[in-house]
Amino acid sequence: MSILINRNSRVMTQGITGKTGQFHTRMCRDYANGKECFVAGVNPRKPGEDFEGIPVFASVKEAKQQTGANVSVIYVPPPFAAAAIDEAVEAELDLVICITEGIPVRDMIRTRYNMQGKKTKLIGPNCPGIITPDELKIGIMPGYIHKKGRIGVVSRSGTLTYEAVAQLMALGLGQSTCIGIGGDPVNGLKHLDVMQLFNDDDETDAVLMVGEIGGSDEEDCARWIKDNMRKPVVGFIAGVTAPPGKRMGHAGAIISGGKGTAQEKLDVMESCGIKVTRNPAEMGKLLKSVL
Amino acid sequence: MKIHEYQAKEILRKYGVATPQGIACFSVDEAVNAAKQLGGDVWAVKAQIYAGGRGKGGGVKVARSLDEVRQRAGEILGMRLVTHQTGPEGRIVHRLFIEQGVKIDKEYYAGMVVDRRQQRVCLMASSEGGMDIEKVAAETPDKIHKVFIDPVAGLSQQQAQDIAQQIGIPASCIPQTITLLQGLYRAFDETDASLLEINPLGLVNGGQVMALDAKMNFDDNALYRHSDIVALRDLDEEDPAETEAAKHELSYIPLDGNIGCLVNGAGLAMATMDIIKLYGGNPANFLDVGGGATAEKVTEAFKLMLRNPKLQAILVNIFGGIMKCDVIAQGVVAAAREVQLNVPLVVRLEGTNVDLGKQILADSGLPIISAADMADAAQKAVNAAKAKPSSCGCQS
Repeated sequence: MSILINRNSRVMTQGITGKTGQFHTRMCRDYANGKECFVAGVNPRKPGEDFEGIPVFASVKEAKQQTGANVSVIYVPPPFAAAAIDEAVEAELDLVICITEGIPVRDMIRTRYNMQGKKTKLIGPNCPGIITPDELKIGIMPGYIHKKGRIGVVSRSGTLTYEAVAQLMALGLGQSTCIGIGGDPVNGLKHLDVMQLFNDDDETDAVLMVGEIGGSDEEDCARWIKDNMRKPVVGFIAGVTAPPGKRMGHAGAIISGGKGTAQEKLDVMESCGIKVTRNPAEMGKLLKSVL
Repeated sequence: MKIHEYQAKEILRKYGVATPQGIACFSVDEAVNAAKQLGGDVWAVKAQIYAGGRGKGGGVKVARSLDEVRQRAGEILGMRLVTHQTGPEGRIVHRLFIEQGVKIDKEYYAGMVVDRRQQRVCLMASSEGGMDIEKVAAETPDKIHKVFIDPVAGLSQQQAQDIAQQIGIPASCIPQTITLLQGLYRAFDETDASLLEINPLGLVNGGQVMALDAKMNFDDNALYRHSDIVALRDLDEEDPAETEAAKHELSYIPLDGNIGCLVNGAGLAMATMDIIKLYGGNPANFLDVGGGATAEKVTEAFKLMLRNPKLQAILVNIFGGIMKCDVIAQGVVAAAREVQLNVPLVVRLEGTNVDLGKQILADSGLPIISAADMADAAQKAVNAAKAKPSSCGCQS
């Protein structure tokens, strides 16, 4: 069934009238079933307008009522993006994917606090989005590099995920769903949450998990895998060479207080029975070796 | 973004956090005048640099007379202060902070960071102040007490009281410690801080609790709403290459090696550094040109890397998604021409319009080494860096 999204998802774009929102909505609409799936846009100042035939509504709630959309993708600029997530959560959508990079952590702490006990799942922020190949793409990843198949991919990065997918494709391995969970310290779904979904997905045979320095999400996920996962998982962690105390691009990619090193993550993953590689050019090969 | 101790204390005082009186100075005369103005008969003369470990490095001295203030200020101002956080090159001291001396009875620790697992701000406190808290955390983790703060309610009176008691603040000083801790949290929250450290938090003068040192870092993504904090930025303390990079919206971090990397995306940029190391080389930098790199941005990125005298080779690794490989290739060619590249250049392109991109590189007539994939690129860059004699600045 793939996870989180499929051809039956109905998607609205928050920030559809901005340049980025328009560009990517167009790209996603042109991919596989995008034309049926992208049904609405939101801009409080431009209700009643449309973007290339996609109607624009004043609010998420209204867009949901009028079109039945259950998923939202957010391209709203950083100062307003957390409020956009809040609105989607308030409207009880199933899933929100926030692409926006650069949201203040303080805003995200409040947004996550507000999400407690709510049904909405969040992917991101600061992420490439999610794709179920040959069905639906929601995000900024290049669609054509993917193909439908049975490998799940979960990663904190953007282009490194594309690299992983390209390596799988070179070996003839398609993907069930690929998710970029984003590089921010306070975010929605973690590796662990996505891994649980892949574990329960009939159409996923194995999972490639790509992590990076900072935090302990990969370790938490690895410990869960050890006790619960029924499918093979392989992993790579970026940042073995990253010096402590320096932020490697992503707000969340920083080794602080001696914690969150790539080595530590790799060690924990290995001790939990996950095959890992230290060579980012061999992620695909490693995955193939466990099938 | 980071600020100096004296600036952090100024912010904290606005939130009711007690600190000794102090004055920031830029010269020895100013330091002596500051001491006079503060009064008393003992002062702390403190180097103001962003790095920690100043005391151990000789950047914090006690002076018991105005003459001694003059002498100590003269010694510290302009010195190259080396601490465990500055690296071996150290930092030149441009600013001093003269503080009224206090009699320290006991040193504690208080710090705040965002806890990623709890997705809340965490207040950490310990009875073991004044020393390296990472060491305390590693050796005696039971001596670090933590409380996670509700973002709506803030740090409650009860939480503050509990943690003050846990670290052993004397009963008579608990009320003022609660005020101080609550002030710390409000300061952290309202300024969009990413780190706040009071080490030591001092029990002084027989019954006062004060922040004797203060370190604050801020969330770069929130600086747009804190122009007052941005105004505190001290460019002397920031790496000029990193500052220049930020101007062009490039994420750049200089490292010790000799192979420059230019990559799109932070994760792929780290992976590129890793694979260089794995193939026996050493990355000269982390450089993420981001998702929307233009020819101008790529040129600036090349200029940044070429500032590094140790540079022996450059590896460009681009996975074009939205960013098209032909656009990047044009940028690389334009940059290589403009900066008169004198080190070997290895380029690996993948993704959107990759064939067009490779053609542009091949047609440029430049001695660009093309790579098929990441492993090939890393191997070629490592070989190229080894082949290039270090003394040679000539065209390769």
